[in-house]
Parts: sequence; structure tokens; C-alpha cells
Amino acid sequence: MPISKDDVAYIAELANLELSPAEHARMLQDLNSILSHIGQLNELDTGEVAPMAQVSEQLAHGSVSDPSPPWLRADQLRPSLDRAQVLASAPDTDGVFFKVPKVIER
Amino acid sequence: MTVRQVCISEVRDSVAAGKPTAMEWTDRFLAQIEKENPKINAYLAVGAERARSTAAAIDEQARKGEPLPALAGVPVGIKDVLVMQGLPATAGSKILAGYRPPYDATVVTRLETAGAILLGKLNCDEFAMGSSNENSAYGPVRNPAALDRVPGGSSGGSAAAVAAGMAVASLGTDTGGSVRQPASFCGVVGLLPTYGRVSRYGLIAYASSLDRVGPLTHTVRDAAILLGVIAGYDPMDATSSTEPVPDYLEALDRPVNSLRVGVPAEYFGEGLDPEVRAAVERTIEALRQAGCSIQPVSLPHTKYAIPTYYVLATAEASANLARFDGVRYGFRAPDADSLAAMYRKSRDLGFGPEVKRRILLGTYALSAGYYDAYYKKAQQVRALLTRDFVNVFQQVDVLITPTAPTPAFKLGEKTDDPLSMYLADIYTVTANLAGICGISVPCGKSREGLPIGVQILGRHFDEATTLRVAQSIESHCGENVARA
Repeated sequence: MPISKDDVAYIAELANLELSPAEHARMLQDLNSILSHIGQLNELDTGEVAPMAQVSEQLAHGSVSDPSPPWLRADQLRPSLDRAQVLASAPDTDGVFFKVPKVIER
Repeated sequence: MTVRQVCISEVRDSVAAGKPTAMEWTDRFLAQIEKENPKINAYLAVGAERARSTAAAIDEQARKGEPLPALAGVPVGIKDVLVMQGLPATAGSKILAGYRPPYDATVVTRLETAGAILLGKLNCDEFAMGSSNENSAYGPVRNPAALDRVPGGSSGGSAAAVAAGMAVASLGTDTGGSVRQPASFCGVVGLLPTYGRVSRYGLIAYASSLDRVGPLTHTVRDAAILLGVIAGYDPMDATSSTEPVPDYLEALDRPVNSLRVGVPAEYFGEGLDPEVRAAVERTIEALRQAGCSIQPVSLPHTKYAIPTYYVLATAEASANLARFDGVRYGFRAPDADSLAAMYRKSRDLGFGPEVKRRILLGTYALSAGYYDAYYKKAQQVRALLTRDFVNVFQQVDVLITPTAPTPAFKLGEKTDDPLSMYLADIYTVTANLAGICGISVPCGKSREGLPIGVQILGRHFDEATTLRVAQSIESHCGENVARA
């Protein structure tokens, strides 16, 4: 099912992407080309098939039915990353918080 | 390119004897990078200080006659989607320009503990999205076998570095073929471990249910050695498997004559370059001569793999890349007067066109009203594709296919049509969707001298059999390895 210019604008808004008019036109063309190819999936009857969210469910190891799952650790506090090291990469910081432009318009 | 290729055992044995030392090997490879990298563009960052510090420690151990770890003194490159503390990590993107991670990926820690000398960070398609390494914000990588050709992608830098003698081995990542296809294009070995075999902690995520870390090497034996070092459960990765890690070298040289090799019809249809077909068919014949039972098989849902992949991978990517917003690290667009504007401008200026395309596609597939038609449907088809493999592995032990439909194409040849680039992944995406393991091994060259790879696919957690068949192919067809 082809998408429209407005659809692209809506998706871009959802994805927090700002597209230039040229990018917008290009994306409309590319997305329609790709989506038309993806439409092939409708040739298959998948009525009785359980969706496969990830590979781990298919394997017996570490599955959600395991009574003692190895991937859950004890709920104990332990150190995380060093704050100074993390903030060293921050575009704007006061040494404690990440600083950003104002959130609420008044 | 006349560079003498060295293997892991040659380096490690010489370092144990102190002739050459780890420091001398390190200096030799750093010099090779300085010489070759300007034209290949495989490395984005070189970590000479850290490399020399590891080398000095290894040489000290060797001098004292202490037992050396498995990769002692071996120079290795790391794809720039895996984090190394203090070294830049760009993921091939402008949005992470200047970012220096505060921690090491688990695979990096494991390599260094095993004595590897980590030379630096390797160029790749932006956020691992691409099949040619032309989507990097830091320039394309060139194929050492032919400089006007792509090295493949997204681990183009990883494959090219090994092929050009700028590393003995490298780590790449494979979400839809990104270790195997560049390995095939550059004439090196590329291994795709089973999903969950190798930790993803410290891997900048593209598609979390598909991403794998895998080694690129000159030989199958070296790939087996590297896998043994990086494989195994990691409490920091909730999807990593507790399946025990076998000794991958133990069965490597065992004869293959009891094995059943399946040839899936769907991988030999139209679109396959005749020279690639011929090289793969010669390899199948070599395995038949070695005593394997060769059987025609079918994986009936193969043609739906690309559309399935491009729904699931892009949907997961749209979620994983939401974190790049200019708030905590990387690029922040200046002059934004509100938070929302900052997000949009940072992402618009920071992401390249392919990344934006995939984020938009994925967002659409997950959006209200379309989730069932696209995302849920693709998950169901994924189950059907996986069932094809599970069924086929009742009849055979491994599958043999081409790795890519053609040898390396020219730079710029496919950049105008994203769909044609996506279709080049046809033989590799299936393994990522099903979670199984695989490997690409060089099996010949085209008339123009371009490398051709053959792919072996194996059962979940059966890397040992996959490697064993690959080893047999290398012994019969390998022509890219010059040993001392």
C-alpha cells in the first residue's frame, strides 16, 4: 500500500527526524519502492503461526520457562559507571546533570 | 597487493621465543597501517599507546618464561561499533563524533586478557547499516584486492584490514551478512557465531535480535581460535547463552567423509553470477571427493527473507537509535531553542541518509494501524524461515551456498537504488533470522582476480561441524594463505 507525503511527515515526526524538502521527496520514493517489495509477505498464510520475537525463545537455553533463569541476577546494589567519565562525553553539563534547552514553552 | 599474511600461531610462537617480540610485531603492523591506510581507509582510529602497553606486558611475561595466553602478541582490529574505553567510537556516524566510551565491550576485554594487541577502530557502514561500507560518514573503505571496488559491508574495514595485512585478525559484526559478505569480497574468512554464543555487551546496537559479533581472519583455524576466546556466557548480556563452549580446534582436522552436506536449490537460482556459481560448484565437488554425502534440499521460504529482514531489522533499529538525541553524548545541534528542536536537528544533521531511511521504515512498520500488517507479519514469517532450517538439519549436517550473488561491485555502482543494495544480502540474511551459525571461506577468484567466497551454514551451536567443513574446503581450495 503506497504511502503519501503526509505519511512521511507523520513518520518523521514520530521518529524525531527533521527532513529537508529534497530529503522528504527522496524518502517518499525510496520507502514506496521498499514497501512494495515488502508487500510480498502477504503471499504467505501465517494464520496459525506464532510470531517469533527473538531467537532465544526458540532455543532451550535461558528460555522463559527455565525455573532458575541465569540472566536474572540478585537484586543487589552495585556500582555502575563513574559519573565523571560519563559526563566527560556530555555536550553540556553542570557536573551533575546533563543540561538541555528548555522543555516547556511558556 | 603483495603483503605476506601471517597467522595467529606464527605470531604467538615467535613472541614466546622473543624473536620477533610482541613490541616488534606491533611496530610492524602500526607501520603497515601508516603505509596502507591512506588508500584503503580501513582504520578510523589507531590506539598505539594501548597497543604498545599490552605488547610490553606480553614481552615481559615471555622474558620470564611464563606461559603465554592464546592470542599473545597477536595484532587485532576492532570494528567501530564495539566500544574500547577512551578510544573514539563513532559507529561510522557523525552523531557520535568525539564520543569516547567509559567502558570496554566484553569481547574487547576477552581479547586483551588473551594477550591480543588491539591496534584500533575499524571503519564500517553507519550503525552497521549497509553492504558496501559506502554509508560511512568517514569515507568509504576500498577493497585491497581492487581499489575501485567495495570491500563489502557493513564490516568493510574489518575485512579490508586483514586482507591488506593491517591486522592479523579483526572483529566485525553481522546482522544481515556484514561479516560474511565482506569476507567473501575481500578474500578472507568470516565467521558468524550462533546468536547468543558471543556477548553483545559493548556493541552499539543496530537490531538486537539479529546482531552478532564475529571474527575475520586469514584462515579457518584462526577463526576457530578467536571464537574460543570470545565465546561464552556473559552476565552483562541477557541474551547470551549458557551453552558450554567446546574446544573448537579439537575436531577441526577430522575427516569430513561421514558428513551430509545440503545444497539448497533456492540459493542457486537467477541473479547468481556464473563465475560465483562455478566456484561454489567446484567446492561442492571437492567435498564430494573428500567423501561427504551431497544432497539437494529445499528452504522454501527463502524468497521472503529480504522483506522479513528489512521489516524486523529496521523496526528494531528505530527503537535502538532513539537514544541518539544530542542529550548525553555525541553531536548536539547548536542553536536549538527547545528540547524538541534539539532532538530533531541533532538527528537530522548527525544521521546519514541510509540510517534515516531505515529509521523511517522501521517507525512505519511499528506505528499504530500498521504493526500487525508489517511487524507482526514479519515475525511470523521469521518463524517459518527458521522452521525451514530446523527441518533441513534433520536430513543434513551443514548447508553449502554462495556467500554473495556476485564478486565485489564497483564503488558507486549500487548507491542510487537502495533496494538493489538490499537484494545483494539474499544469501546471508536467512542465517541471522534463524539464529544459526555460518562461515564464509575463500574458494576462488573471478577472471578479473576478485575473491569469491563460499558459505557453510550449520545448526545452532554447532560451530564445530561448520568449522570442520570449512577447514576441509580451505585445504582443498584455499589459495589466499601464504604461510612461512
